[in-house]
Amino acid sequence: MKLGQEFTKGLWKDNPVLRLLLGMCPTLAVTTSAINGLGMGLATLTVLICSNIVVSLLRNLIPKKVRIPAFIVVIASFVTMVDLLMNGFAHDLHKALGLFIPLIVVNCLILGRAEAFASKRPLVSSFIDGLGMGIGFTLALVVLGSIREILGEGMLFGIHLFGKGFLPMILMILPPGAFIMLGFLMAAMNRVDKEISS
Amino acid sequence: MREILKMIIVLTLFCVGAAGILSQVYNVTKGPIAEAKAEEERRAIRAVLPEYDNKADEEFIEFKLGIDKRGRDITRKVYLGKQGDKLVGRAFKVTSPDGYSGNIVTMMGVTPEGKITGIEITDHAETPGLGAKIQKEETWSGKGSGPGGLVGKTLANNLKVKKDGGEIDQITGATISPRAIVKAVKKGLEFHKQEFQE
Repeated sequence: MKLGQEFTKGLWKDNPVLRLLLGMCPTLAVTTSAINGLGMGLATLTVLICSNIVVSLLRNLIPKKVRIPAFIVVIASFVTMVDLLMNGFAHDLHKALGLFIPLIVVNCLILGRAEAFASKRPLVSSFIDGLGMGIGFTLALVVLGSIREILGEGMLFGIHLFGKGFLPMILMILPPGAFIMLGFLMAAMNRVDKEISS
Repeated sequence: MREILKMIIVLTLFCVGAAGILSQVYNVTKGPIAEAKAEEERRAIRAVLPEYDNKADEEFIEFKLGIDKRGRDITRKVYLGKQGDKLVGRAFKVTSPDGYSGNIVTMMGVTPEGKITGIEITDHAETPGLGAKIQKEETWSGKGSGPGGLVGKTLANNLKVKKDGGEIDQITGATISPRAIVKAVKKGLEFHKQEFQE
């Protein structure tokens, strides 16, 4: 039961993007399409799970005063690995996400989970926490990317949804669209919560 | 003192471990990354040249264009597409430094007589939804609803966007990106004329 809560809190109650507002830079910058959101989400998910596992395993070895540099070394190593692997095996996606893959290093979601959770908890719950948070992050990015792609280009995952007459709302693809949509999503989430509790 | 020593040892071990693992990952991914890049090049060559039956990506002439800021040579590979022994076209990359954001790299195919056979954008960082439309093939080939493109044109044509009094359509809402490409392609044609037609 406890582990189930560790998992689901990342999906809704403590969703990293829509509730904790962590990792805004990749969230706003890469969600111009659903596939970019998915790619970025999965890359972050991988790094988050790996770093949570390693930080949790090594938590008793790391002296308190140098824990942040140690976490960053772990995170940066995993990000570099993901970067190299994606470049080799998912080259086109790697090109689309470009600079934002190396920037996962400074995604405060990952350092935040390492510091606030994995450095104090055993392996299994750290893994579950990373999995839940990572999936929550991915879901938020895919939803945001899908809405922006549908409204801004009339496509979803690169497939045209409407006929030739569709006039795209280019604003949604541009950076302001990301802020506006993020606001709407958060408002919708609050509304749903209010309905549930009343 | 002992505490400092412990911190130094732990951090050093972390970094050594990370470096060791990363060098392994680098070795494993080196091959696939090089292969993915070569495949990308092959795809671009195939897209811009007329039908050919040799291995165009392996038959090329290398030109030295100049020296960059760090003293390295700037080179341009001209790939040769052949049908039997007959040369059907040459493909090479041109770079537009004056795009809206960053360089736009274009692979262009040219017949021995100096007519453009194809244009493929291989690298750009233009605004999604606006400048990024340059990547859509129909924008340049004139096949789709987009503006009639550079394909089929020679130096005898007025190679400017319509806004500048030329005969190449720009894209609605994005003039800078097409203008930059047209300029670079024109330079490419001049290079071709100078090296091969005179």
